[in-house]
Amino acid sequence: MMQKVYFDHNATTAIDKKVLGVMMPYLEMQQGNPTSQHSFGRHARTAIEEAREQVALAIHAHPTEVIFTSGGTEANNMIVHGAAIKNPQSTLVRSNIEHPCVARPMEALTRQGWHHDLLKVNHDGVLTDEAYKNINVNNVSLISVMLANNETGAIQEMSTLSHFAKEKKALSHTDAVQAFGKMDVRFDELQIDAMTLSSHKIYGPQGVGALILNKRSDIEPLIYGGGQEKNLRSGTENIAAIVGFGKACELISESFKETSLLTRELQITLELHLKELGAVIFSEKVKRLSNTTFFAFKNIEGSTLLTALDKKGFAIASGSACSSVNKEPSHVLLAMGIDEDLARGALRISFGNQNTLNDVKTFIETIKKELQTLKQLTAIAA
Amino acid sequence: MERKPIYLDYSATTPIDPRVAEKMIPYITEHFGNPASRSHSFGWTAEKAVEEAREEVAKLVNADPREIVWTSGATESNNLAIKGASHFYSTKGKHVLTIATEHKAVIDAVRELEREGFTATYLEPEPNGLVDLEKFKKAIRPDTVLASVMLVNNEIGVIQDIEALGNICREEKVIFHVDAAQATGKVDIDLEKLPVDLMSFSAHKTYGPKGIGALYVRRKPRIRIEAQMHGGGHERGMRSGTLATHQIVGMGEAFRIARLEMKSENDRIRILRDKLLQGLQSIEEVYVNGDLKHRIPHNLNISFNYVEGESLIMAVKDIAVSSGSACTSASLEPSYVLRALGRSDELAHSSIRFSIGRFTTEADVDFTIQLLKDKIQKLRELSPLWEMFKDGIDISKVEWAAH
Repeated sequence: MMQKVYFDHNATTAIDKKVLGVMMPYLEMQQGNPTSQHSFGRHARTAIEEAREQVALAIHAHPTEVIFTSGGTEANNMIVHGAAIKNPQSTLVRSNIEHPCVARPMEALTRQGWHHDLLKVNHDGVLTDEAYKNINVNNVSLISVMLANNETGAIQEMSTLSHFAKEKKALSHTDAVQAFGKMDVRFDELQIDAMTLSSHKIYGPQGVGALILNKRSDIEPLIYGGGQEKNLRSGTENIAAIVGFGKACELISESFKETSLLTRELQITLELHLKELGAVIFSEKVKRLSNTTFFAFKNIEGSTLLTALDKKGFAIASGSACSSVNKEPSHVLLAMGIDEDLARGALRISFGNQNTLNDVKTFIETIKKELQTLKQLTAIAA
Repeated sequence: MERKPIYLDYSATTPIDPRVAEKMIPYITEHFGNPASRSHSFGWTAEKAVEEAREEVAKLVNADPREIVWTSGATESNNLAIKGASHFYSTKGKHVLTIATEHKAVIDAVRELEREGFTATYLEPEPNGLVDLEKFKKAIRPDTVLASVMLVNNEIGVIQDIEALGNICREEKVIFHVDAAQATGKVDIDLEKLPVDLMSFSAHKTYGPKGIGALYVRRKPRIRIEAQMHGGGHERGMRSGTLATHQIVGMGEAFRIARLEMKSENDRIRILRDKLLQGLQSIEEVYVNGDLKHRIPHNLNISFNYVEGESLIMAVKDIAVSSGSACTSASLEPSYVLRALGRSDELAHSSIRFSIGRFTTEADVDFTIQLLKDKIQKLRELSPLWEMFKDGIDISKVEWAAH
């Protein structure tokens, strides 16, 4: 069988063996419910608190600011819902390239009496000061702008968000799911109130994430019950996954600089060749994650190329994994004002710590051949 | 080194069955794809595993796999069912009916609805923990939109007559939600026959991993719920968020094993529980909480009279048990479930929930009986109340001097 090359790290990552190592005892041995008072329960509780410290350390936050959730989607829903419920009828503001798990809960709230306003990115996929100036509403409860976009990798300026939120007396939130582990993320320096993290994008297990919430911020829970996580998130803690997430945070803060250098090199090589082949690279001119390349060829059907590349052993994505279920062109590209036909052809490559320069070279050889075949087919059809 | 206590707290959480762990691990290491990735085989492999697990969960409760929605656990399932259905059908009415002895996740979800403007009834069960059908029927109002009753109680293990309660809900056109977190693998559940619209499940109470659960949402007649988590539109829009493939696989395997082994396991556990009951009943002044007939064999909840609650728990630390529901045992309030049965605060405080499971042995039970006999005797030797009782003084009639 052909060796598989995985270029879809923004969708999910393979778990680090060391992470699995710390999780195994929690999967294989007798474990208590962390809320139980007997020694089984107390051991589980200690493990969770250690993981909380590891997460906090990796992003320069205080352990009491870490709320474990079932993942990034829940953390994003939690901050949107939680901030909104505190301020009935208020306005929720977000950029127009947010992940659906920020956008959809805001839209749902508009059906229940809240308002919704958008910060619009420019052609390069970033928010300028002008975008903020266009927001004229008051009574804003939350402003959410993602740190790095999952499709283009474009990085947003957080100080503008922070200033604007303070001016509006609103909570500021950033979805740092894609940024964390790929760039230096320091919660204490960003001057924002809340931040979302996910474990499975940083070589940790799926099914766990966190909302980082500074102590001054007051929100309502999304899930009610036993009162875990200081009453903000009820439900028996997912110990194995939480312990794994903690370890993944510790490992990534040691390795992200090195990995970024590696992926930057791969990215430069890849993009050089893609451009030679005539590709358009989105958000090319702006500050961007070193592992992400979002590109398209004019007049080439994205899904056809994707299937062909998968057959040759390359796992890549068209737009975000979550929306690859539907055939709509990327909402991020449309928000950037990219032509719909070009957007439909968009493919995303996202590197990770196991990829090599050799992977990139064989990929370029493969895509060259596939493009030729596709062009011949189109020529015949014409 | 601290000696490991004997684990008799299976209702708080169960260990993962080694067979379940074995099945999960390849999905952590090799098949790590995102099940929503449709563009490559990593995603397809994960998606296939997710769908196989969905079938296993459906099979245990005789449902259609398309009726199973993955969640992060029973707490989320209960929140999704109760808030989701009540919101969706709120034009019909804004009253919710539940039972005072439900799990916190149900009670607190209903309380949240109250804050949003709904009204709620928390019906008291009978002293044996069971719901009276007539009282239940009377508690339904024209504006009742949803009723929520747990199949098996987490503290006292009693089994409610879900079929009869469901039939009442059908007659009254009320949506019926059942929290079955404590029931899977312990009682037969046939959703083709049971008149239930929504049912919550948990993996970690049935030898699966923590952090995964499911909600059954009936298709015929179709029940609609408003999502509580929005995003990528996973789970047909009812619950967004990347699915943790290994956890789902674990839940599927745990439920498959439960389906195959439930009968023989229940027989074995019943023998152990009856032995434990017999042994403990040889101690004077002990009271079983909850009906013994309509009860899962795994649970025994006993109040030890004339013993102080905190000292009791300290005295039996060689066994891992609960003094109330695990989720509330951090608080020193007496169990609200036992109080709803009419137990005094003192009796509620001095109660222990023993929950027996797959890896409990007869030796564990023998040890527990002897431990309790010894410790209760010692504690009572120190208790002036016990002395008064022995002298024939009715303590409830004693007027204590105020200090």
